[in-house]
Amino acid sequence: MTAAIEFRDVHKRFGALQALSGIDLEVPQGEFFGLLGPNGAGKTTLISVLAGLVRADRGSARVLGHDVRADYRAARRSLGVVPQELVFDPFFTVRETLRIQSGYFGLRDNGAWIEEVMQHLDLASKAEVNMRALSGGMKRRVLVAQALVHKPPVIVLDEPTAGVDIQLRQALWQFIRRLNRDGHTIVLTTHYLEEAETLCERIAMLKEGRVVALDSKANLLKRVHHLFLRLRLAGELPAELRALDHGGSAAAHVLRLKSYEDVEQTLASIRRAGCRIEEMELAQPDLEDVFVEVMQRS
Amino acid sequence: MSGLPTLLYKEVLRFWKVSTQTIGAPVLTAILFLLIFSHVMEERVRIYDAVPYAAFLVPGLVMMAVLQNAFANSSSSLIQSKITGNIIFVLLPPFAYWEFFAAYVLAAVVRGMVVGTAVLLVTLPFVEMAFRHPLWIVAFAFAGSAVLGALGMVAGIWAEKIDQVAAFQNFLIMPLTFLSGVFYSIHTLPAFWQGLSHFNPFFYMIDGFRYGFFGVSDVNPVRSLAVVAVFLGLVSGLTLALLKRGYKLRH
Repeated sequence: MTAAIEFRDVHKRFGALQALSGIDLEVPQGEFFGLLGPNGAGKTTLISVLAGLVRADRGSARVLGHDVRADYRAARRSLGVVPQELVFDPFFTVRETLRIQSGYFGLRDNGAWIEEVMQHLDLASKAEVNMRALSGGMKRRVLVAQALVHKPPVIVLDEPTAGVDIQLRQALWQFIRRLNRDGHTIVLTTHYLEEAETLCERIAMLKEGRVVALDSKANLLKRVHHLFLRLRLAGELPAELRALDHGGSAAAHVLRLKSYEDVEQTLASIRRAGCRIEEMELAQPDLEDVFVEVMQRS
Repeated sequence: MSGLPTLLYKEVLRFWKVSTQTIGAPVLTAILFLLIFSHVMEERVRIYDAVPYAAFLVPGLVMMAVLQNAFANSSSSLIQSKITGNIIFVLLPPFAYWEFFAAYVLAAVVRGMVVGTAVLLVTLPFVEMAFRHPLWIVAFAFAGSAVLGALGMVAGIWAEKIDQVAAFQNFLIMPLTFLSGVFYSIHTLPAFWQGLSHFNPFFYMIDGFRYGFFGVSDVNPVRSLAVVAVFLGLVSGLTLALLKRGYKLRH
């Protein structure tokens, strides 16, 4: 089956900055894919290459097999992009904005779908309100709706929940998950790693314009072998354990352990030191730990 | 189906929604010009034997309004979209570069025609106007506003700040319109300036437009229309080339 998204050896330089250095990436149809990386890693540039906003110096990008340069019409019809910046056109109401955006894709009589999108994003009551008068969260919803007016099979969301309240975040993910279940491919970039961990099946991590990790979420989580033992003690942490302490305070400690066997030894040395354990929790590594490790190692 | 009609509709709706500023203001300016200049100049200037100065002035003012507003429409729309970032809404859809061009230029033509018609209508009670060749009037208004619409696109694409568009307007468009014979016939100028005026493409737009009203002009209207058409071809070619390259729009 044709990949939903395909990048081949994509390079892009802005003046002295090498933004992308040979990106190879493929996202199969129907996947919920995460694109992670620190600020300046090249995530937005990569998305912009896909959307035709930025032209790659070398390499190619395709949406459902359509080259974004040679076959840009088909590529852009297949793609919906929610941009990171909170942009809007101050001349129009919400409904005008959506009807116009739909018309840009050559769709007339798209009212039913526009109403449905507005319902799902809780925008119906604001349909006749001018964009200028909307709150930031509402403007963000309109941006999502604009990306969906032409029912694109591939949807890219660039930091869609930055500065968005919890209520909208949940409503948004519910809606996006439904679109994913209906067969839409979703690509998400986010700073909230727990969001990516909950939603994405496969994840690529970018650093300085390169893919430094690309795997299923499960495999990525296996990369980090250690465990975290969170402790609250009455008394001092024994000297031999201090090297394992990662953060925490005088009373609360986070010990990084290599395996479950280490848990026993740790507890034994605490007992020997005459310390009393007030609280204890054993935590599996999460995506954030993987992220930190991948970024440090590469 | 093409998205062109929607982009044209959006560009027209954009200026229509702020019509006090985009239609009302230029109409008021034109009336002020008419009242002041016709009062001051009436007894001193007689350009064509049968045409009083105020009547001579009206087509010039109408065409000036057509040209300046056509330029303002495409240039301000593009620069505002670039600065606010909402240009992305027209860059993401599958527009061909020529569709993009056609929508912005046609919207500029509509704005120019609407403002021009409004100026003409409000000046009619003050002067007795002839309409000898209406088709020439329409042809020059269309071609002239298309040229300025395309020039406005060039300015809007090239500029990164509002004041760069203003500079384009104030140092290029304004002098060229004011020196094109809006307020005078170039036959009243000294030979040197008369010769120089023939290098100003705006002169042919206004002279040909005026021919449509009075049936007299400084230059044969066929020649004027040919000059304007060539100029339109050049400016359109430049604009299309910029759009095709994605100059300052797609990085």
